[in-house]
Amino acid sequence: MSANEPLLAIEDLEISFATESGMLPVVRGLDLTVNSGEVVGLVGESGCGKSVTSLAIMGLIPNPPGRITRGRILFNGANLLDLRENDMRAVRGNQISMIFQEPMTSLDPAFKVGEQIASTVRHHLGFSKREAWDRAVEVLSLVGIPGARNRVNDYPHMFSGGMRQRVMIAIALACEPSLLIADEPTTALDVTIQAQVLDLLRELQQDLGMAVVFVTHDLGVVSEVCDRVVVMYAGQAVEWAPTRQLFARPEHPYTQGLLECLPAEHVGETLRPIPGTVPPPHQMPSGCFFHPRCRYSVPGTCDQHPIPSSEVGLDRGVRCVRSGQLDLHGID
Amino acid sequence: MTAVASSEGIRAATGESPFRRFLRRFKQERGALVACGFLLLVAICAVAAPLLAPYDQDAQSLSDRLQNVSASHPLGTDDLGRDVLSRMLFASRVSLIAAIQATAIGVLLGVPVGLVAGYVRGWFDTLASRVADAIMAIPALLLALAIVGILEPNLTSAMIAIGVVYAPRLFRITRAAALSVREETYVEAARSLGTGTGRIILGHVLPNILSPLVVQISLSMGFAILFEASISFLGLGVQPPDASWGSMLGRSTRFFEGSPHLVVVPGVAILLTVLSFNIIGDGVRDSLGKETRNAE
Repeated sequence: MSANEPLLAIEDLEISFATESGMLPVVRGLDLTVNSGEVVGLVGESGCGKSVTSLAIMGLIPNPPGRITRGRILFNGANLLDLRENDMRAVRGNQISMIFQEPMTSLDPAFKVGEQIASTVRHHLGFSKREAWDRAVEVLSLVGIPGARNRVNDYPHMFSGGMRQRVMIAIALACEPSLLIADEPTTALDVTIQAQVLDLLRELQQDLGMAVVFVTHDLGVVSEVCDRVVVMYAGQAVEWAPTRQLFARPEHPYTQGLLECLPAEHVGETLRPIPGTVPPPHQMPSGCFFHPRCRYSVPGTCDQHPIPSSEVGLDRGVRCVRSGQLDLHGID
Repeated sequence: MTAVASSEGIRAATGESPFRRFLRRFKQERGALVACGFLLLVAICAVAAPLLAPYDQDAQSLSDRLQNVSASHPLGTDDLGRDVLSRMLFASRVSLIAAIQATAIGVLLGVPVGLVAGYVRGWFDTLASRVADAIMAIPALLLALAIVGILEPNLTSAMIAIGVVYAPRLFRITRAAALSVREETYVEAARSLGTGTGRIILGHVLPNILSPLVVQISLSMGFAILFEASISFLGLGVQPPDASWGSMLGRSTRFFEGSPHLVVVPGVAILLTVLSFNIIGDGVRDSLGKETRNAE
């Protein structure tokens, strides 16, 4: 792997699901790169394809009904989609790990948390029982669980939600992966715990120098942890940019809409929700997928042909034909 | 430090393994404990039958035939003058071993297939489910008789038959439980950690469906004893001169009017043993967290 090659490069990814109306793409032509040690946010509403994308990187798309119908997922230069299941297993949990949205159900209730960490370490790194157990204690203290040496012997039901998410993070980090996929890791936690877990993730990310794909619907969270952001809508990347630039000067009306939905930025004002919902995969509008909900859409321009993406700066791109003509406002 | 102290407090309150918690709760199930005691008694009788039996179980004495309960024959004698108590003791061996064998066969057939079908799904699930449906569509006794008929009429055939008859029930329960567990996030998490299918099935699915399985296995022991009795009653199970409770019952119906004890004794033994297994099954279910809420 050469120095400037990205750790993860998703190229022209299309993921389809079998439905009553045939195979329908839920992710279309997605490009995404993640460099080593970088935190990239994947943002969008429910159903925009962000979770499916993260499962695709892990090779965990349930098949049937799902299938990756086009594109490549390069990890350290090798296409993960070409790997056989056995080889992919050696990657999962070892080089790429994942943490999930639901800390309450992500741990197996039948086993002590120490066993769950230790079994992963033994499986991937071939540690002995004793070494694996020591490693379990070590990572539990790393994620800030007090009294880790005793708590390895506890069952998941004896931890609170925030603590369980810490345990999940510990399991994910036990083999020191170079890429962590965090699928809405703080959504199910209350706000104070959320802040703690975000701090922890950021800290561990910097200490361990790993890259993180941070999947979330919450731009507030993005602003705290991400270096770059990819905004997804209806299975497409509609805008990608370094976090600061995206917040200060959004190029896509959808991004602006998301920013306007941030309650913390509009104390005392009425929120301006984006009207409507993401169209279901079998009823995609022609032209720009966002145009029926877009207040800037122009008949004849936005609803005719598929919208190509365009570069609008270094590491910046947008999928909007009117970008440049619009005066969109961000937040500081 | 307060956070540490309070988390330690919670630990002390709930810091017991699932198995310990089960034991603690099971100890409060009086009925189940009595049933356990009774089964233990039956097991001791079965193991120590040669020591406890006052007579040779097969020794005939035609001058003593069809005697009522007396000091020399505490449970009377049968139509060939054999001591009923001695025969009952040895028959308990047959009945218990039969139940264990049949349940083992049922478990070995039903549980692995159910696990794979429920977790892997696909064509295997479809095939296994249809086979199970087909087996369950045939009346159980008829199927068992057919299997015993194809093999030869002895106890082993009867046990295989009972196992085959019961396997679909265990299969369905296992499959249904595996189906729900496979959707749990911790299974997805295990996959995301690179755990293989086999390890997930044995390491995550099986341990988490043990509760309903244990309950069902306990119930199946009762079912097997009853079923063995039915088959032996019809003369297709254990062959004379050996006896099981069911064959003793079957043989004695002809003498019911003159010697009702011949029917009552094995009948009560079957009743109490099957009842014990069912009560234990209920007790286990109530002592295992999840099922308590579903009961009633």
